[in-house]
Amino acid sequence: MAKEFWRWKEYNWKSENINWNNGAIITGGVDVGSVSSQAVVLVGGELFAYSSMRTGSDSPMSAVNSMNWALEGTGMTLENIKYVVGTGYGRVNVPFANKTITEIACHARGANLMYGNSVRTILDMGGQDCKAIRCDEKGKVTNFLMNDKCAAGTGRGMEVFADLLSVPIEDVGELSFYVEEEPPPVSSTCVVFAKTEATGLLREGWHKNKVIAAYCSAMAHRVVSLLERIGVEDDFVITGGIAKNVGVVRRIAKEIGIKTLETEYDSQIAGALGAALFARSLAEKGK
Amino acid sequence: MIANFGYKDGSGDFYIIIDTDKCNGCGDCVPVCPAGILEVRDNEYDPMADDLMAAVKEEFRKKIKYSCSPCKPDNIDYTLPCVKACQFDAITHSW
Repeated sequence: MAKEFWRWKEYNWKSENINWNNGAIITGGVDVGSVSSQAVVLVGGELFAYSSMRTGSDSPMSAVNSMNWALEGTGMTLENIKYVVGTGYGRVNVPFANKTITEIACHARGANLMYGNSVRTILDMGGQDCKAIRCDEKGKVTNFLMNDKCAAGTGRGMEVFADLLSVPIEDVGELSFYVEEEPPPVSSTCVVFAKTEATGLLREGWHKNKVIAAYCSAMAHRVVSLLERIGVEDDFVITGGIAKNVGVVRRIAKEIGIKTLETEYDSQIAGALGAALFARSLAEKGK
Repeated sequence: MIANFGYKDGSGDFYIIIDTDKCNGCGDCVPVCPAGILEVRDNEYDPMADDLMAAVKEEFRKKIKYSCSPCKPDNIDYTLPCVKACQFDAITHSW
C-alpha cells in the first residue's frame, strides 16, 4: 500500500509526579472531534494524563479508546473519575459523560489555562471546522463564530494537500518556507478546487514547496477573514492541530500583525482540557 | 456575549447575531419567524450560568441563507420580523 502522508501520529502522556490517590478531585474531559479525539484527566485541577487519537467512524468507541489510552499505565480506571464532560462534534457520543458542553466554551476555558488569563482571542483550527472565539480573563466566551460549512482552513484540507504532494503532514509547515519568494495564494474557499489548482501548478513546473506555501497562505487568508468579523485583541492564540503547522501560524500572525503566544501544553488538548476544567467546576457545584 | 449563528461560504457571510447582554430570553422572536428557526434555550456557551437566551436552532445553522430568504426580498426596505419583535434590539443579521 502506498504511504499515507496525511497520517499524523497518535500519542498519550502521563504525569510522573502526581499521586492521584491522595483524595484530590479527579475529573475528565473527552473531546470527540470530526478527525481526532482527545481525553484529558485532571487530578485536583492539575494535568495528570491525556491522549490524542483518530476518531474514525465509531465515535462512542473512540471516546472509550482515547480515555483508556490516557489512563494506560496510571493505575487509574474510569471508576476513579468523579465527573466527565464530553465536548466536540461527537459530544453526545461519549457514553460515560455526566454532561456535554459545546467545544466553543471548552476551548476558551482550556486556552485560559494553557496560555494564561491574558488570552483574549482564540482561533481553534480543528480537523473539519474553524472557530474564532473572544473571551475574558476568566476564559468566559464573549464573542464567537464558527465555520463548519467549508473545509478550507481546516486540518482535513491540510491532510489532502500532504497526500497530494507526498509530504509528511508534520513537515508541511517547515517546507512552506523553503521558497525563493512567497507565491500568491491558491483558491481559498474550497479544498477540492484548491487541490485542482495545485495539480495544475505542479504540471506547470512549480516546486512542491511553492505549492505548499501557496496553500498555507490561502488557509491563513481564509481564517483571517473569519477573525475579522469578531475582531482580534491580544493576546492571540491558535489551538487545534493546525497550531502545530508553522507555515500557517506564521502567515496568520503576519496577516493580522499580532504574534501568537506559545505554550508548553499540547495545542490539540485545549477542548478536552477545558471540558475537564468544567467537569471540576460542575462537580464542586454539585450540578 | 455576542453569538454569531451561521456561516461564511463562497457567496458571502450569513450570520444571525444575538447579543446575550441584551437578550433576556423572553421568546418574543420565536413565534414571529415564518421559518421557525429560532428557539429559547440555556446558554450553551456558558455552562455555569443559568440564564436563557434566544438562539438559532442547531439544524438551521448551516442553511440560514435559505431559511431567511423569504423575509429578505430585494429592493424592499422593511424590518425583519425577528428584529422587529425584539424590544431590546438584541438580534441583528450580517447580510
